[in-house]
Amino acid sequence: MKYDTLIIGGGLAGLVCGIRLQEAGQRCAILSAGQSALHFSSGSFDLLNRLPNGQEVTEPLEALNALPSGHPYQLIGVERVKRFAAEVPEWFRQSVGVNLQGAVGRNHYRLSPIGIVKPAWMSFDEFTPVFKPEVVPSNKVLLINFEGFLDFYPKFIADWMIQNGGRCCVKLINLPAVEKLRVNPTEMRATNIARVFESKRQLEKLVAEINRSITDEEAVLLPATFGLTSMEPIEYLRAQCRKPVYFVQPVPPSVSGIRTQQRLQDRFMALGGDFFLGDRVENAIFEENRITGLRTHNHGDILFHADHYVLATGSFFSNGIVARPNLVYEPVLGADVYYDASRESWFDKSVFNPQPYMRYGILTDEALHPLREKQPISNCYAAGSILSGYNPLEEGCGSGVAILTAFDVSDKILSSK
Amino acid sequence: MIDDKQIDKAYDVIIIGGGATGAGTARDCAMRGLKVLLLERFDYTSGATGRNHGLLHSGARYAVNDNESAAECIKENKILKKIASHCVENTSGLFITLPEDDLTYQGTFIERCKNAGINAYAIDPKEAIRMEPSVNPALTGAVVVPDGSIDPFRLTIANVLDARAHGAVTLVYHEVVGFVREQNRIIGVKTFNHKTKEERHFYAEVIVNAGGIWGHHIAELAGVRVNMFPAKGALLIFGHRVNQVVLNRCRKPADADILVPGDMICVIGTTSSRVPYDEIDRMYVTAAEVELLLREGEKLAPSLATTRILRAYCGVRPLVAADNDPSGRNISRGIVLLDHATRDGLEGFITITGGKLMTYRLMAEWATDLVCKKLNIHKRCNTATTPLPGSRERKKKDNEGMEEVPANILRSEVDRHGELAARIARKNPFDHSLVCECENVTVGEVEYAFNELAADTLTALRRRTRIGMGTCQGELCSCRAAGLLSKARDCSEQAKAELASFLNERWKGMYPIAWGECLRESQLSAWLYNSVCGLGTYNRRKETNR
Repeated sequence: MKYDTLIIGGGLAGLVCGIRLQEAGQRCAILSAGQSALHFSSGSFDLLNRLPNGQEVTEPLEALNALPSGHPYQLIGVERVKRFAAEVPEWFRQSVGVNLQGAVGRNHYRLSPIGIVKPAWMSFDEFTPVFKPEVVPSNKVLLINFEGFLDFYPKFIADWMIQNGGRCCVKLINLPAVEKLRVNPTEMRATNIARVFESKRQLEKLVAEINRSITDEEAVLLPATFGLTSMEPIEYLRAQCRKPVYFVQPVPPSVSGIRTQQRLQDRFMALGGDFFLGDRVENAIFEENRITGLRTHNHGDILFHADHYVLATGSFFSNGIVARPNLVYEPVLGADVYYDASRESWFDKSVFNPQPYMRYGILTDEALHPLREKQPISNCYAAGSILSGYNPLEEGCGSGVAILTAFDVSDKILSSK
Repeated sequence: MIDDKQIDKAYDVIIIGGGATGAGTARDCAMRGLKVLLLERFDYTSGATGRNHGLLHSGARYAVNDNESAAECIKENKILKKIASHCVENTSGLFITLPEDDLTYQGTFIERCKNAGINAYAIDPKEAIRMEPSVNPALTGAVVVPDGSIDPFRLTIANVLDARAHGAVTLVYHEVVGFVREQNRIIGVKTFNHKTKEERHFYAEVIVNAGGIWGHHIAELAGVRVNMFPAKGALLIFGHRVNQVVLNRCRKPADADILVPGDMICVIGTTSSRVPYDEIDRMYVTAAEVELLLREGEKLAPSLATTRILRAYCGVRPLVAADNDPSGRNISRGIVLLDHATRDGLEGFITITGGKLMTYRLMAEWATDLVCKKLNIHKRCNTATTPLPGSRERKKKDNEGMEEVPANILRSEVDRHGELAARIARKNPFDHSLVCECENVTVGEVEYAFNELAADTLTALRRRTRIGMGTCQGELCSCRAAGLLSKARDCSEQAKAELASFLNERWKGMYPIAWGECLRESQLSAWLYNSVCGLGTYNRRKETNR
């Protein structure tokens, strides 16, 4: 099978890259081994929340110059990062059909599932208008939860409201259709609740219940358990509730993340891209420092060939890199991995301190070609969290690196002819 | 000057230490009609009681080197199977000989077992493989012994519950920071409450030091010296139950030669190394210990090499020091009961130490006998024949209202709480919502632990219910439990602080073995809690403010 570009990994980076290449007329395939990290999304994309020294960032584009030289943003180049970042909101709206809220040059805030205010760069549509630290959306809020839904914490959210001078009344709602989920107690998860409310009839019942519960409250706060396949349930709630409706992200699985992942996949396929879900790349065939083909688990002897290859397989969680007791390796290409030789240096004893292992990933040259035995693989690029040299958690830049390296790599591939 | 408010009512006996021995002593004293106060500086079972194999020794391990301990073990083994049946699993055990071991040891071993009263008999290696398919097939010999597994958390709490049922007062988070002395007599203790930060005095006729390894320090506070020998032991928990029968090596006791099945997991241990006394509150499992445990563990059951490791942990053996043994392995595990009146001329103070989890009840009996002697009370000990709460017969009425409970959940609850499972709330279907999917812990059970089992923290909740002990190591359930705690205690700040400390405690057991699947889970947890929830920034802000 012959393509212009083969992308290994169907998460945020792989899909964004694939869509941009298809849009430019290339024929691509994505080989995806399984679950995308978007399923655990916070409901927002981050670009840069903190510098490696811990200093908080409010204007992420202005802070790029302060990043160290091996950082993915430095490899892309500060000017290119700025250019790509400016394109992101419009591109997601026009091309993918995902509305993102936020200013390109300035971080805003989101409210976490446990009532902590965190910086964010671009938030999915339902999380708007955005929260500000110490400014509650309204002085009198009706906070709704579904009885028995344990992944949402009304008490944490209510206390945040009260601490900031608001008033909050918690109301537990019990609908027969949601109640059914509890027959099997493991079913009471955000995604399953969202599935119930794909039905208009159930939404009507919920709206009636909410409207009945409103007394003198000025706004309604709900867990973000709506809109698995489209924004319709969210728009319906906004239109039908008597008061403005706000959403707070519960603990993942993340409904907005799954919806976005699906939108990206749909868009990629609508553009003619081939998405091989569940097919694992077993190894690559090399000729000197070029890849000539990929062998996958499902296709056996039928090899995949392309002019360009993109490695976007993620970090440890997605098995993009794999740790053994005394070794970290990249399983698909055998690319060179940056890590500390002694395992005792991989970790900090406090779980809340920066963890060295978070910075591990593959090594590339300045053009994002992965290194293999110190030589760049000339027809391959790396994108997303498989890259080394940054700590996505500490710096708050994981999704930014995924999207912007995907923009950068697709640009490099298109201009290489 | 002591403020009037600080003087509390007087007790017959104060017991310091909420491990198995302290709780057992509180129970025994209370059953003999004494006015009892039990003080624990943190949570029950937070010392060596909660940091061992969970092995219900047959005594066979000690048969060759320490026949007296072996005889005590088998006696207590039989008693615990009766009085603590809900804490015990009767798995049976094998002592296997591998090609590298001397097979002639087996003969001596069986003879010494018999001498101690342990029913040990050799079987054909092929029979051993049928009995325990995970055993190393290269074995050249096998001896069956009546080993089992025991849940030390459940056991200790059952003792606390029964002590309370007999009128004892039990206080957690009360650390003894000094003693009240009158000439050559200890008449009371000064405590510091870690929750309220208050100091308080309590008075009693006799004070029992049952502080395990920390008893060394407690004795120092009283002005007497009990020279303890801190020997660290590290263990690994595997993600599923590889073996159904306890596996031991039939040789002189050495490192990492016991594999114990328990619940859905199994545990290999232990190492043994000397640690300075001032490090016993800050102990970490090292990479070298992990390697040793894996290397030796695979010899018992080769499939451990491909089994996921869940967690590493370590404890400190409370052995009374001898001068000529650098490893601490050959010291007798025998019980040490010190009457400081005869030993040091200090009245009103005794120390119960040495021993092991297996002999906690006997230790409690000895200590209580001495307390009674000092108080001139003549009551017989009944703890060997009276079943603990949870191990009593389930009555018909205990099943009332349980028809609605899913069978798998009810089974887990009865496993953990015996007949006391009837106390778990089931008034509405919401009570059956699962908090912890790995261990089948429901909202009702969590609330029962909050209300009746002195679970004030998430770590205490884990010890009472096994929440967060399963395969996911608290990935989602810790957040859910924090949500419930915030509601129960009406305090989200405390719940967040609790969540942070719970996650740190989990991490302590994960990073020593964080590769492969464990590192994957760790990265996901870090993403969920630090990034999605924002607990990292929150925690840092708190620490800066402090």
